[in-house]
Order: sequence, then structure tokens, then C-alpha cells
Amino acid sequence: MYLFFRNRINLFIGSTIVLGFILMAIFAPLIAPFHPVDDANLMVSEQPPDAEFWFGTDSQGRDILSRVIYGARISLSIGLVTQLINTIIGIILGVTAGFFGKWWDDLIMGLTSIMLSIPSLVFALAVMALLGPGLVNVFIALGLTNWAYTCRIARSQVLSARSLDYVTAARALGYNRARIMFEQILPNILGPILVISTLGIAYAILIEASLSFLGLGTQPPNPSWGGMLSNAREQFFTAYWISIFPGIAIFLTVLGFNLLGDGLRDVLDPHSVLKHQK
Amino acid sequence: MHAYALKRILQFIPTIFFITLIMFFLLNILPGSAAYLAVDQRKAPDPELIAQLEKEWGLDKPIHIRYLTYLKGLATGDLGKSFLRKENVSQILADRIRPTLELAFASIIIAVVVGLPLGFISALKQGTWIDTLSMIGAVSGISIPQFWLGILLMFFFSVQIRIFPTSGYGDGNIMNLVLPSLSLGAGYMALIARTTRAAVLDVLTMDFVRTARSKGLSEFLVNSRHVFQNTMILVLTTVGLQFGSLIGSTVIVEKLFSWPGIGSLLVDSIYQRDIPVTQGCILVIILIFLIVNLVVDLLYAVIDPRIKYQ
Repeated sequence: MYLFFRNRINLFIGSTIVLGFILMAIFAPLIAPFHPVDDANLMVSEQPPDAEFWFGTDSQGRDILSRVIYGARISLSIGLVTQLINTIIGIILGVTAGFFGKWWDDLIMGLTSIMLSIPSLVFALAVMALLGPGLVNVFIALGLTNWAYTCRIARSQVLSARSLDYVTAARALGYNRARIMFEQILPNILGPILVISTLGIAYAILIEASLSFLGLGTQPPNPSWGGMLSNAREQFFTAYWISIFPGIAIFLTVLGFNLLGDGLRDVLDPHSVLKHQK
Repeated sequence: MHAYALKRILQFIPTIFFITLIMFFLLNILPGSAAYLAVDQRKAPDPELIAQLEKEWGLDKPIHIRYLTYLKGLATGDLGKSFLRKENVSQILADRIRPTLELAFASIIIAVVVGLPLGFISALKQGTWIDTLSMIGAVSGISIPQFWLGILLMFFFSVQIRIFPTSGYGDGNIMNLVLPSLSLGAGYMALIARTTRAAVLDVLTMDFVRTARSKGLSEFLVNSRHVFQNTMILVLTTVGLQFGSLIGSTVIVEKLFSWPGIGSLLVDSIYQRDIPVTQGCILVIILIFLIVNLVVDLLYAVIDPRIKYQ
């Protein structure tokens, strides 16, 4: 354990933070002292942090600590699920584009270059404008937003793997093309995809927080970190604790996934141009 | 070089075409809902009024006809009329574009002026506390949500020590620009610092650097002439590619600081379901991004004469 993490401080800090938040999300009902939505008590609204409410209470008298703990469920499930969708879309399109080439490759590359020229947040906003606000719609919007990078990486990896000996061998053995693509090539190119996916989770969490902050994402009373900050500008000056803790939670989670992604890149992808990044 | 520039500019047209296609169908696929939402929600919806509004906005025609009308208008710079305000979308956008451009370019300048030297120094002092500290700062800068950073900046600099105004455009007063561009530029700065550091470390291992040293050039000359020029390509690529997320983030920062730009207009138009305005904002944001990338591509050739374009 110690030997593995030595000189891999990114990986260590990143995985510790991520693991911590995942445990917090899973065991939220056991950890949280109050219910995030139902335990509203206007008698104790906007209480500063004290012994009973460690992080204080919001304008409706709900415990901020409990809401931050439950908020991890929303942020993490959005980050993990939407990035999984993106990764699957990216892998399928990218691997087939690199493997088949020709017009299919041109089509997919054209599509990714269009997707890459639309800023992710703007695309997500457009999908939210179509579907309307709400948690389920956030999943759909973010699930469709961020696959282009994965697709590009999968394609370039397949292009360089296509002529390697093990693929030629698989062809000679008469494996069908789907088996060569997804059973032979895919496991060999998963490293870089895993790295970009980990960084994608961080990005998805940030975009969800931004959408909810704008009031177009997860709707109240759901305890979403971004949503908890939507009145922050007005409240910060009178009740700083309402916005400081959800902000720290977003920051730490995103930081955790970013460090984890960097650490994984150092381990899995040592030839990357960005290998020296800390 | 000129042929290449021309080719790149011509590639613009199909890209824009497909982007408008995707965006138009994405935003217009629900028929008539805009008219339905525009009428007074408290009373029972009046079908006659809705039909009249739909006719006025051209929503009674099938979607592909509407797209062709939209494209025809686009070719002449006509982006349609706003649903809610009786103005041309192009006019509304024209009033909003300047604040957004000011904000975006102020952020880039801050990001480059701070991020580039930071990355350079980190790489040259690799492993020292300067390096560690600035890279911790960089990864934090990437992870911090811009709107939260904006709130913190607002709190410290305009409520506690009252140097800068909390929000608003202030008729172009430069003091109003400082906090929004700092919150928008921080992540970008961090990315530039990281990329610069990685690029410098990469270049430092190359043969021509050793040659330069061995022929007795001073450390300063090696760094400024050989290392710096060769890292610029990678840094410039990052600047161009990540500009998309910067211009996308103007949406949040503008909303937070009540900045009267394209981004806050986009959010407001989504709230109001004013689809022609939403469409126009998205188009302008993407156009700005594409133009910046075009400029970056053309700059490659200026910085690195080895790059030849076919």
C-alpha cells in the first residue's frame, strides 16, 4: 500500500477524497443528523453554526450539514452515471470509427468536431431549454454532452492498435469484427479512456452545479449543492454559512476527481505529453 | 499560407450549417409550446390567442419549412424577431456582444499574463516549494466552481474592503470588470500554468536545448530563445481549445455579476422561452469560439515556421 502510493501523492489524495464522498453518499441516512428536506423548522432559520447545527441552518431552518451530506448523492450519481453514458457513446462511436474508417470515420469525426465546437455548458443549457428543469433532465442533458473527447481518444487508440500483431492474429484466427473490436482491442486501450472519464466526472459535477445554480438544473427542495448556492449572492453577506459549505463540497469533490484523473494518468499513460503534470 | 487561411475560413460554412441544424431542431422540436407559455398562465388558455401568436411567430408551419426560413434569414444576417420583445434578435444581440467580448478578453489577458510565467517558473524550479505551491494552486483553480469563486471575491473585495463594485456593468468602468474577469479567468489561468509547465519540462529534455547549453549560451538565452518559443505551440493549443469552456462559462459569471452580455441574455431567454433569442445567443457564442480557434490555427504558422500547410 505504502509503496504503491509513494511518489503518487495525487492518486493518494484524489482517491481518498473520492472514496470519502462516495461513503458519505452511500451512508447519508446514517451520518446525517437531520432529514435534508423534511426537518424544516422556521423557528431556527438562518442559525449560524453551533453545537446542534454544525454547519448552521438555511432560510427554511433546514440543517445545512445534512443537506450537504445528502447532496453528495445527487452530485456523485450525476457525475458517475452521465460520464458512464458519455463513455459508452464515445467508445462505441470512436472504436467503430477507428476500426472501419472510410465514410463512417469521416461522419463520426465530423460529428465530434461539431460537438467540440459547442461549449459543453451551452449545449447542456440548450438541452435543458428543450426538456425543462429537473433532475432526470439533467441526467439526459449531461449524458449527451461530453462524449466527443472520449470518442476522439478511443478512435486514435484504435488507429494505432489496428495494425499491431495481436489484432492481425485475431483476424487470422477468424474472429468476427465485433469480437476483435470489443474483446481484443478495447481492453488494451482502456487506460487513456479511464483517465479522460475520471476528469469528465469532475467536469459533469461542475456543470450540474452550474445548471442548478442558474435554477435550470436540479429543482428545490432536492439538496443539490449547486441549487443550495442559487440564492447565495443575496444571502452571503447576511448568512455566509449557507453558501460556504456547499461550495466547499463541490470544490473538494471536483478536486478529488481531478487529482484521481491526474494520478491515474501518471500510472496508466506514462507516455502522455502531459506526463509531468502534478 | 494564404491558401490555408482561405481553406480554413471556407470550412466555417459547413460547420456553422450543421451547428444551426442541430440547435434549431433541438430548440424547436416541441411545437407551439412557446405560444402556449407566452399567454397568461393564470387564466384558462385561449386557443384563439395561441393560434394567433403561432401564426405571428410562424410556428404554424412545419419544422423543416421554419428551418429553411431561418437559414434564409441567417444568410442575410436576419436572426428573426424576439417572441417577447418586438425587436430583431440581431439588434438585441448587437447591444450585448461588447460586454461579453470585454469580459472574455480581460479574462484571457489575466490568465495568460499570470498563468504563463507561473508555469514557466514552476518547470524551471521543478520540485521546489514554488513549483509545489503553484501546482496546488493550479489544480485548485481548475476545480473551483466559478460562481462560488465569484461570490467569495465579491464578499472580500466589495463587501469587506469595498475596492470593487459588487456587480453590474457600470457603463464600462474598468473597476466593474475586475471581479468578473478574475472569477472567469482563474480556471483558465490554472490550465495555462499546468500546460506551460508540462510543455517546458518536455522541451527541456530535447537535444536542441542541450546543444544550446553546450555551445555556451547563458541560461537566460537558452530559456528565452529556445525553450520559450518551442513551448508556445502547446500552450497556444490549450488556449484555443479551452477557450470554448471559458466562453461557455461567461453564462454563469455574467448571471452572477449581472453583467449585460450574451451569456446572461441566454439564461434569461431560456427562462422566458424566447427561442429566437436563445438560438441567436448560442450562435454568437459558438461563432466567437470558432473565430478564436481560427486565429489560433493561423498563429501556429507565425510562431513555428516549420509548420507548413498543404
